[in-house]
Amino acid sequence: MEIGLILDRLKQQFGERIVGADLEAADPWIEIAPTALAEVARLLRDDPALRFDYLHCITGVDYVQPDAKKAKNFPWEVHFELLYHLSSMAHGHRLVLRVALPRWQGGVEGQLPEVRTVSDVWRTADWHEREVYDLSGVRFAGHPDLRRILCPEDWEGHPLRKDYKMAEEYHGIRTR
Amino acid sequence: MAVERVDPELVEFDVRTDEMLINMGPQHPSTHGVLRLVLRTDGEVVSSVVPHIGYLHRCAEKIGENVSPRQWIPYTDRMDYLAGMNMNLGWAMTVEKLMGLEVSEKTRHVRVMVCELNRIASHLVAAGTYGLDLGSFTPFLYCFREREKILNLFEAVCGARLTYSYIVPGGLIADLPPGWLEACERCLSELEAVVPELHAVLTSNEIFIRRTAGVGVLSPEMAIDYGCSGPVLRGSGVKWDLRRDGQPSVAGMYEDYRFEVIAQAGGSYPRDQEYPPVPPAAVLGDCWHRFYVRMLEVVQSIGLVRQAMEKYRRSADAVSEPIKITQKLPRGEAYLETEAPKGQMGFLVIGDGTAIPWRVRARSSSFCNLSVLPEISRGCLLADIPAILGSLDIVLGEIDR
Repeated sequence: MEIGLILDRLKQQFGERIVGADLEAADPWIEIAPTALAEVARLLRDDPALRFDYLHCITGVDYVQPDAKKAKNFPWEVHFELLYHLSSMAHGHRLVLRVALPRWQGGVEGQLPEVRTVSDVWRTADWHEREVYDLSGVRFAGHPDLRRILCPEDWEGHPLRKDYKMAEEYHGIRTR
Repeated sequence: MAVERVDPELVEFDVRTDEMLINMGPQHPSTHGVLRLVLRTDGEVVSSVVPHIGYLHRCAEKIGENVSPRQWIPYTDRMDYLAGMNMNLGWAMTVEKLMGLEVSEKTRHVRVMVCELNRIASHLVAAGTYGLDLGSFTPFLYCFREREKILNLFEAVCGARLTYSYIVPGGLIADLPPGWLEACERCLSELEAVVPELHAVLTSNEIFIRRTAGVGVLSPEMAIDYGCSGPVLRGSGVKWDLRRDGQPSVAGMYEDYRFEVIAQAGGSYPRDQEYPPVPPAAVLGDCWHRFYVRMLEVVQSIGLVRQAMEKYRRSADAVSEPIKITQKLPRGEAYLETEAPKGQMGFLVIGDGTAIPWRVRARSSSFCNLSVLPEISRGCLLADIPAILGSLDIVLGEIDR
């Protein structure tokens, strides 16, 4: 199915909750509102014309420049983004789903942003969401087992955030 | 009053068992690296498996956000360290996609050659260590002897035996040295003679079949749901190979090559007439099938290397020059997956206009392949755990990144 038709199909169902799209990009993407994620995911998987049965990857991208000098030329708005790379084995089409989130829930530093899990739609998301939670710091509401996966359980902070500062010490071991 | 005595050997009584937690790893040899499995068992029966990973986490993605794409190439070598060439290729092609670069014909054929050789080397390690897991030592020696010859070829190409950094964004660091093609052909013909021996000691071996056939069955639906790829996916009968089905640049790399995706369709494999038949006990998607797919891919890759050598000889252009270390990346993002020996290895790069990418992401195939382990090993015997784990062929360097 053409990517333009996919966008039309989503717009028809979700209206204003489809926030934006770029169909000319190297990897065409559609941006949706965080509240629509679970429903869009289910439609993308179950609609016989769409059948996005394969979730490749979930990526968390932190858009903030902690260095004040470089922040003047920072090309993006300060926010956090999740990318879902999807494809359909049945139809052979691909799509990137974007979800923009605030860096901190309610603007309070330390409060992780939250979004609905898709691990009940694609099981791949189970471990990938754990990884994004661990490294990028996003809570996935409804995830069956949201624990850290790569870092130790008592690790502090989320290393792939751009303003992450590593603790000086971990269990009596100097870290730098 | 006389007490009636019963012979204790004749009495049947309940053997009471308790549920037990067994910790397997992270230094257990059959976990293929530093993987820890917490097994909940009742006697010999495993009721649940919880994998714990991260012992080899080296912050590869964070490092990637602080160095330029060419400087990150050595870090990709250390992801799947059994298939460094394929890791280099994945990252190089992703950066090329972002920058809109194309490589010369000659480069393309050299890339096919070294990547397929590396696929053979990786599958040989998989087959050899799988034999070890199941208690057979001989195939391990056969496999490593052959792999050593491939590593010698790589050493001649780039000086390294394991961490090559040979394929870089833009091209290759060097052309093939003189006399290399002849050495490669010798290596391939020697390898061809060993494949039937490997089939004799493993694939059609009665003990091997009993340990693997019908064990750890993974249905095609579940494989797709969990994002499995590579031989794990194809072992479940899904005809899906990025060398044929991938994005245009990945499929384009193999467009003029003749090969068939190795998966069982309509009850038979493309090559199983020449090689041992599927035993009656094997069920599609079990450990035996995953192993068999790898063995057939070894033969397939030998053919692909031969085709690439022929095309390399005929291509008149030169090998493409790599990009500079300080080369600025355009603003934008690119995601690309290539068919590595263990499955679909994906890289994402987001450029912000400077030489250092804003975000780098590595999607590991072994990560997804391992995540299916709790599902397929529920209710199996304790001794089947190494058999199932070995058939997934994971590399922890790639899972933990």
